[in-house]
Amino acid sequence: MIAVAGFRRDMLWQRFTIAIPYLWLLVFFLAPFAIILKISLADPIIAQPPFTPFFDGQGGVAATVDSYLFLLTDKLYAVTYLKSVFMAAVATLLCLALGFPMAYGIARADEGTRNLLLLLIVLPFWISFLLRVYAWMGLLNNHGVINNVLIWLQVIDKPIAFMYTDFAIYVGLVYSYLPFMVLPLYATLERMDLDLVDAAQDLGARPSQAFWDITWPLARPGVIAGCLLVFIPAMGEYVIPYLLGGPESLLIGRVLFDEFFVNRDWPLASAVAIVLLLLLVVPIVFLQRSQARDAEGHA
Amino acid sequence: MTGNAASSTPFIEIQNVSKYFGDFAAVDSVSLTIGKGELFSILGASGCGKTTLLRILAGFETPSKGRILIDGVDITELPPYERPVNMMFQSYAVFPHMTVEKNVAYGLEKEGIPRVEIKRRVGEMLNMVQLDTFAARKPHQLSGGQRQRVALARALVKRPKVLLLDEPLAALDKKLREHTQFELMGIQYKLGITFVVVTHDQEEAMILSSRIAVMDKGRLIQVGTPKEVYEYPNSRFVADFIGTINMFEGTVVGFDDDSVRVNCKDAGGELVALSDAPPAVGSPVCLAVRPEKIFISKHEPDNTEDTRLAGIVEDLGYFGNLSLYRIRLATGRVVQVSAQNSRRSAERFLEWDDKVFISWRPRSAVLLTD
Repeated sequence: MIAVAGFRRDMLWQRFTIAIPYLWLLVFFLAPFAIILKISLADPIIAQPPFTPFFDGQGGVAATVDSYLFLLTDKLYAVTYLKSVFMAAVATLLCLALGFPMAYGIARADEGTRNLLLLLIVLPFWISFLLRVYAWMGLLNNHGVINNVLIWLQVIDKPIAFMYTDFAIYVGLVYSYLPFMVLPLYATLERMDLDLVDAAQDLGARPSQAFWDITWPLARPGVIAGCLLVFIPAMGEYVIPYLLGGPESLLIGRVLFDEFFVNRDWPLASAVAIVLLLLLVVPIVFLQRSQARDAEGHA
Repeated sequence: MTGNAASSTPFIEIQNVSKYFGDFAAVDSVSLTIGKGELFSILGASGCGKTTLLRILAGFETPSKGRILIDGVDITELPPYERPVNMMFQSYAVFPHMTVEKNVAYGLEKEGIPRVEIKRRVGEMLNMVQLDTFAARKPHQLSGGQRQRVALARALVKRPKVLLLDEPLAALDKKLREHTQFELMGIQYKLGITFVVVTHDQEEAMILSSRIAVMDKGRLIQVGTPKEVYEYPNSRFVADFIGTINMFEGTVVGFDDDSVRVNCKDAGGELVALSDAPPAVGSPVCLAVRPEKIFISKHEPDNTEDTRLAGIVEDLGYFGNLSLYRIRLATGRVVQVSAQNSRRSAERFLEWDDKVFISWRPRSAVLLTD
């Protein structure tokens, strides 16, 4: 009987621990999502709150898809979404190009060096994100460190306008999100059996062939995880384009902010957010599929 | 190196090869020739440099000094992908994202061999290692033994001049080990490829090999047939490393014809051994006797030529086919003796604390100076 009671307590404990993440998702994701979805189906009014109620007070529902239709009619939104996707994709590829050799180097370093290098990767997190972006303003502006050094070295004779360009946004995005690429890549590469690469070379593959035949496909879970961890936040990034970008680098995060706080068109802003979420769901589903496949392949 | 025709023509020549990692000499001035078609084992404890030597042969490490020739060609500077050598890794290193067939075909694809021929050769090889029905499987769907066959097939399909095997049996359970052992020998015999095996398991080396090289601290200690290294070890290290042996330290006191008299405090007197090159009187030596060379009896044996010692049974172990005894001499020294259980008997021949005599022929004892 004691054993049975113990078993049931275990079951209860198990359910409780599983319930926590679900509860977390329910309270902090699903509920806000439902609220935003509800707002996106309302009409904007000048009132407090600034949108029409969802229920019309007579037992009916007062929903409208006007905001979504407006997203389709005004070209601004489509262009901004595309530009956001494009910039996030480029930043992700840049992170991958920089992060892969970094992760590879760290994974192959001896243990002492490896821990030091990993520490250096996460070290920037000790300083607030906002401060680090401000620091880039100091580095990139016309009288900033980079221009001053280049002028002093006589590489250029007048400052290059780095600030308020797409270039500055890319610098900010790559700098901020690089660790999110390096860490999952490191985790996969570190786990990889080095004998596999040796074996490929033993069987006649040149080092570059061994990389593309063995290392790259086996690193794929890390590549996908890293790319999503960079792409998703980069897609909705607001602070970096706002501080480093120019007026022409209008990204979806900025549009979202402006609709909410400048135009006070909450339903439209909510619709923008919902569409953004849908755009992000696609890569997430892709990730889950791929992870499931990998779990099957390396069980 | 007697009794091995294969070793007469040098096929692999390792010439004075050293490998340093910083100040540490992982491989220290090793010179060795291996004949065509040999099944050669490099035997040693972990950290003795045997794996480094194998990696040098495969091309993953470049020697700090020395040269390596295979079939007369200097391969010292060749990268692994240009060597006529393939390796079976201890971890097998089967590519997890490729099917069995793809794994085996990989090396041939890198050679740029036509697709049709690849298919044929892969098929033949899978047939030989009895994996033809598993061609479409992924490695995670295979057992350890099957994965090893994939690794073996993958290396052999390249028709290498030399196959390197790193601890080929270490990861297998006992039954499978024995099976694989003989299978490896069969494949080696059939294909005539020179095998170089690295192992820490002396039993494995004894059964598999035509010759064995014993390594310690980066140096070659002895090279010979299994019988030579077992029966005629050239040093205390080899005698102790291969099999079990009773070693009596002592000093040479004199000679009678071709036999050497050694005063051994442990044995409580003088012991006799035969030696072709007897050391000088007064030099410290070690007289070593294998447990199975020692006879055990309850009554004092008559043969006065044999070395005879009295003791009591301190411990005994029954292993079915043989029994092991630990005999304590009057000096307190314990001697290990093994005896075949040639008779089936409900009663034990000897019991704990029985008074017994142990004896061996002078020629059974080995005199070691190193």
